[in-house]
Amino acid sequence: MSKVHVTTSINGDSTEYLCDPRETLLDVLRDQLNLTGAKEGCGTGDCGACSVTMDDRLVCSCLVLGVEAEGKEIKTVEGIAEGETLHPLQRKFIEHAALQCGVCTPGILIAAKSLLEKNPDPTETEVRYWLAGNLCRCTGYDKIIRAVMDAAAEMREAA
Amino acid sequence: MALDEYKPQSGDAELENKELKYVGTTPDRPDGLDKVTGKARFGADLSLPGMLFGAIVRSPHAHARIVKIDASKAEALDGVKAVVTRADFATGLEGEYGFVLENVMAGEKALYDGHAVAAVAATSALIARDAAKLVEVEYEVLPHVTDVDKAMAEGAPVINAAYADASVPEGMHPNVVRHHESGHGDVEAGFAEADLIVEDTYVTEAAHQGYIEPNACVAQMGSDGKGELWVCTQGHWYVQKHCAALLGMETAQLRVTASEIGGGFGGKTTVFQEPVALALSRKASRPVKLALQRSEVLRATGPTASASMDIKIGMKKDGTITAAEGTFRLQGGAFPGAPMEFSAMCAFACYDLANVRQVGWDVVSNRPKQAAYRAPGAPMAAFAVESVIDTACNKLGLDPLEVRLKNAAHDGTKASWGPRYDQIGMVATLEAAKAHPHYSAPLEPGQGRGVASGFWFNHGGETSVSLSLSEDGTCQVSVGTPDIGGSRASMALMAAEVLGIPYENIRVTIADTATLGYNDVSHGSRVTYASGLATIKAARAAVEKLCQRAAAKWGIEEDAVKWEDGCAVPSGANAGDFDPLPLAEITATMGSTGGPISGHFEATPEGAGVSFGTHIVDAEVDQETGATKIVRYTVVQDAGKAIHPAYVEGQYQGGAAQGIGWALNEEYVYGEDGRLQNTVFLDYRIPVASDLPMIDAVIVEVPNPGHPYGVRGVGETGIVPPLAAIANAVSNAAGVRLKSLPMNPPKILEALEDQAGDA
Repeated sequence: MSKVHVTTSINGDSTEYLCDPRETLLDVLRDQLNLTGAKEGCGTGDCGACSVTMDDRLVCSCLVLGVEAEGKEIKTVEGIAEGETLHPLQRKFIEHAALQCGVCTPGILIAAKSLLEKNPDPTETEVRYWLAGNLCRCTGYDKIIRAVMDAAAEMREAA
Repeated sequence: MALDEYKPQSGDAELENKELKYVGTTPDRPDGLDKVTGKARFGADLSLPGMLFGAIVRSPHAHARIVKIDASKAEALDGVKAVVTRADFATGLEGEYGFVLENVMAGEKALYDGHAVAAVAATSALIARDAAKLVEVEYEVLPHVTDVDKAMAEGAPVINAAYADASVPEGMHPNVVRHHESGHGDVEAGFAEADLIVEDTYVTEAAHQGYIEPNACVAQMGSDGKGELWVCTQGHWYVQKHCAALLGMETAQLRVTASEIGGGFGGKTTVFQEPVALALSRKASRPVKLALQRSEVLRATGPTASASMDIKIGMKKDGTITAAEGTFRLQGGAFPGAPMEFSAMCAFACYDLANVRQVGWDVVSNRPKQAAYRAPGAPMAAFAVESVIDTACNKLGLDPLEVRLKNAAHDGTKASWGPRYDQIGMVATLEAAKAHPHYSAPLEPGQGRGVASGFWFNHGGETSVSLSLSEDGTCQVSVGTPDIGGSRASMALMAAEVLGIPYENIRVTIADTATLGYNDVSHGSRVTYASGLATIKAARAAVEKLCQRAAAKWGIEEDAVKWEDGCAVPSGANAGDFDPLPLAEITATMGSTGGPISGHFEATPEGAGVSFGTHIVDAEVDQETGATKIVRYTVVQDAGKAIHPAYVEGQYQGGAAQGIGWALNEEYVYGEDGRLQNTVFLDYRIPVASDLPMIDAVIVEVPNPGHPYGVRGVGETGIVPPLAAIANAVSNAAGVRLKSLPMNPPKILEALEDQAGDA
């Protein structure tokens, strides 16, 4: 099958690639662009480990085709920190011991950042339901929820 | 873990009595930055020049003879570089190597739905998957069985007539492959003394470890017989040994590097796709990445065993248990190895019993080869035993924690599984649970409270650690146990404690198989205990050399120098008067004062302290829908000594959450056709954030005499009590005893209806 030329923006960098029409955005990110921060945990949109944003909309990149990124702005975990400065969510995840193995962490950070951009002051229940599409098998979510709530509080103070 | 690896904790008394400066603090983990920025490299995150992608062809049948494999169409597809079948692996392997090979790539028969029968490597993942579909396999379908009780019954299809070992009595079905019996006292006499006898049968379904990172590796084999493997694993020396055997190569010629690992929970203590990737790479003469898809993980990597268990307990009116008996039938898939002896041995291990007897049966069926899952065998046994104890408490109107306290194992108790306990924390966890505000908090209507206790052996295992000092006074530590939940931080804390230098000045690396001595797998809750002990001893060996250098500099005897707070200091009346000599001043000149300073430790430590936990759960059951909500959860567990308390809490919380999933939702569902029905996370539903409450973690510290700082492993015990604690809470809330897992809404409704029908 002949490949399709795609022009897109990834973490603010304009990017071009050729992809098989069947290839997912996740495969393109990982296998072609060496952006391996997004993980494949299921390939069926159930685990959220591949979460990225496309034009600020939270998506599972395993459910988006590479060709769909044409003309869009994609943001991945690699683009969360600004240079050496970590995003408050990233700092709070380390401080609160909110990761164990860390494989779900990139997706959860992207999802949590997307939540706080829409709702800077979420309740615990709102955080839990927003992150219900991001599976973590290690932590029981306790410390993740605390880290997100604490980051939200810090960001509100700074705002 | 072989059974005989467990020894009573009679290891050398190691416990130190000293103030700790670094141990017990909660610094940031050294790999934190990489893991929040996406830089950490997991199993599927490596790419090599010229790399191919692999895909595995799997049996759609639960049990079938492989008549013919025709790969010609696959081989003809543009981009396909290699196809392998069983013919590409070593022959004549026996015992566990033989079973592992048979599981990794089927020989004459496919033994379960998803069993690998061939594999392909191609220039892209899409081509590899297309090619896998073009491999034509002709099967002769055979009758199958997937249920443990049916697999033992007369007339059940035989998986392999040669499996059963000498422990199995005459007359059993050939699918019964191993037998275990243990205990002490006279159970019949004990039951005769009881005021109440409760006897019941409990069943659990298989659950998967559910690690979020599917098994993945990158293999590179050369025509010179040398190989490299990058893999997410709990134990790369195990991988090295098994892959070398299965490929028919020399162990030392295969170098295995452990990537970051995205969860394991026991499921990554063995090999699945690794030997296949190596065989493909050998055939194609190119590197091959082989990452499993989630459906392959669920169908063909090892879940836990399923169980069917009979429990009988005799109790006096005051709550004293007079006798306890259990039979544990475990189905572990198509190969021997279901952890029925661990079920049997852990079942009554929390209690001080005069009369106890336990029997285990290992049964094979047409399911994937089970793998370890966090305290393998123990959670299901605790579910059955602790449910029966709860039933007895309810019938006699006794408080469940008081009854457990009355019967609790304590220092010196002869354990149900043989040895006499050393210093243990069972009573301490019960006391802490009783004192916790949760236990006395009022319940809302529709809610029930459950408590349960659990036990796990913990493990030592072969361990090597190497530590070296740099000229600037910093330290690098090489350990061989993959870091699953922050163990690099714990190792650095222990090294800092011995050396007296800041945590931040220590870098801990997971060494590959070519750069460190053999290490047992990260399993058995052994890492903080065994690699920790080895790190401490390696650091002490370095300290000894530091003291020697100071003694030489000062011109005094070596034994007149001691190490204090990161400095050599003169010790004793005749040592002389010298200013403390800091570590960095000694290392700055080490090249000219005797050479590099390092420390090593290699041993198989045997003082892993056993571990106990007690959980309190409040559950709310909707009588109309049968849905259960966990409204409050408290874990109390003995850590011996928490090196990094936040990571210990994380282990407790994670174990409880996995237990909640196993208790309420998770199960392997096989159809009449023997095929797994729920092969994606949507259908195999693990707990999500909105399912759970906060999980209160209480760390009890009863020091383990077998570790310098008192460490007991904490990883596994946390999943032992939850199935029972939740079953007790749900049963108390619903007003009917639940005896089968998972306690999903249909099952709870059925129990409620049965009870209404009986009334």
